Amino acid sequence: MAVVEAQDLHRTYRTSTGTLRRKWKNVEAVRGVSFEIAEGELFGLLGPNGAGKTTTIKMLITLLIPTSGTARVLGFDVVKDAREVRKRIGYVFGGERGVYERLSGYDNLRYFAELYGVPPKEIRPRIEYLLELVGLKGREQERAEGYSRGMKQRLHIARGLLHDPPVVFLDEPTIGLDPVGARELRATIASLAQAGKTILLTTHYMFEADALCDRIAVITRGQIVAHGTPADLKRGVAEGTVVEVEVFGVPEGTPDRVRELNGVLGVSIEEREQAQVLIVQTRADVELTHSILGTLDGANIGRISTREPTLEDAYVALVADEE
Amino acid sequence: MKTVRLLAVGWWFQLKMISRSPFEGVGQIIYPLFFATVAFFVFRAGDSPRTLLYASLGAAVMGMWSATSTTAGAAMQRERWHGTLEALVATPPHFALVLLPITLAMSTVGIYSLAATLAYGHFLFGIDLMIEHPLAFCLAVVGTVLSFGSLGFLFAVMFVRFRAAWALGNLFEYPVWLIGGFLVPLALLPSWVGPIAWVLAPTWGMNAIREAALGGTPLPDLALCLVLGALYIALGILVLDRVLGAARKRAALSLT
Repeated sequence: MAVVEAQDLHRTYRTSTGTLRRKWKNVEAVRGVSFEIAEGELFGLLGPNGAGKTTTIKMLITLLIPTSGTARVLGFDVVKDAREVRKRIGYVFGGERGVYERLSGYDNLRYFAELYGVPPKEIRPRIEYLLELVGLKGREQERAEGYSRGMKQRLHIARGLLHDPPVVFLDEPTIGLDPVGARELRATIASLAQAGKTILLTTHYMFEADALCDRIAVITRGQIVAHGTPADLKRGVAEGTVVEVEVFGVPEGTPDRVRELNGVLGVSIEEREQAQVLIVQTRADVELTHSILGTLDGANIGRISTREPTLEDAYVALVADEE
Repeated sequence: MKTVRLLAVGWWFQLKMISRSPFEGVGQIIYPLFFATVAFFVFRAGDSPRTLLYASLGAAVMGMWSATSTTAGAAMQRERWHGTLEALVATPPHFALVLLPITLAMSTVGIYSLAATLAYGHFLFGIDLMIEHPLAFCLAVVGTVLSFGSLGFLFAVMFVRFRAAWALGNLFEYPVWLIGGFLVPLALLPSWVGPIAWVLAPTWGMNAIREAALGGTPLPDLALCLVLGALYIALGILVLDRVLGAARKRAALSLT
């Protein structure tokens, strides 16, 4: 039996503009998302900002009611059996907010241990264990307002695990962390997976999903556009070539002109200090460097290189196709 | 037992947080001084020393009410600002068990306000603090705090849709001072004010505290105060379920 099941989830937000003459608009944040997560699996929901990752996770953790579709966690419906779902899940979100700044890290955990119904005798050893796990041991009596962003994020993780939930939802847990902090956090997530937790991780970092997840679903504009193991997704782009052209001021309309070339699979532009890099993914059986340069319309060109595609290229291609 | 423990722990941690807020701390030092001064200058013309105690008690309960009304209405909004509202809603207990200790902690701060106002009155203006029934007085204070916390809970639930909930809470600060008979006896107000005063727990809490301090029968007033407090909680719970359901539908839990 799947531990987490989402079936044709939709979520529409109603937003308005104007003050006196208000105009209402429906925004479809999630448009028919379906997936299943098996017991002990680490499943990644990967997508750019605004793709619908957080909306999806909030529906699964009972904070949002789906506009349509159904979702179940451990067999419990997230709308009808919200309380049963809440008892069995842990929820960790990224960012600095969401902790009581004026309480110590320990008191933050103590308060939520009570809310999650941890038996009184188990509270202290459980908190001690989690402080050790997330690397906050020794700093727990300090007020959370003095914690770094990484420490707050680790406090979030400890809080989400207080009641030892079998299912854990991690919403962009490494966002904004420095590389060392992010790496430590990924190691913690990996250890949770090894301990048998079922985990749903949302991220917009391809390498993070690649390093941690058993399976990945790529979501963009509220829809899942690809899913499979990281290896499956890599295979989808393994046979192509990537041409990178350093350009000092990409002329307007260039990406569209490049896309029209026969054999182009995807186009993106990356900002690099004073220059931009035009990244063009092509089929392996075509040589398009000259044609690509021809579309640049006399712009100043720097370094040109050709390389094998990476998983990130696959992700960019998938996301760019939909946008 | 589990519920009582949850309420007690929640109350304790919320109180700990409030006590560490420098902004709220400064207010709690200044306001009682202001209230005690007002009471003294308004009532010093009276020839009985008990009149000054009557006024001083009114001023003290004004402080208690201010401590609750100006904060409790915005209790959920405050959690939104901290980014903790979603984390609290995502926990298994009924949200009333999470919210009630928050507003009770806010009203508990009022005990300090009461004590400080009485102390200022005594030391600065020489008001005699002779309490006739000390035990009943303590019970009346605790009962009043509980009912204020309950009314604060109802406010917090009712105002949750309004981002300027704190302003609505402030709006109720002064009318309750007047309608609850804190400084002016109810008998002096127009008769139509009576029914409004009767459904306000602060009116009965004030009566109970004065009856206990000045000599009288505080228990009936205290009982009414507690019954009204229980009714506020029951009404709050009914509204809370609807409010949270609507917030989950409209995606309003994380809005700041």
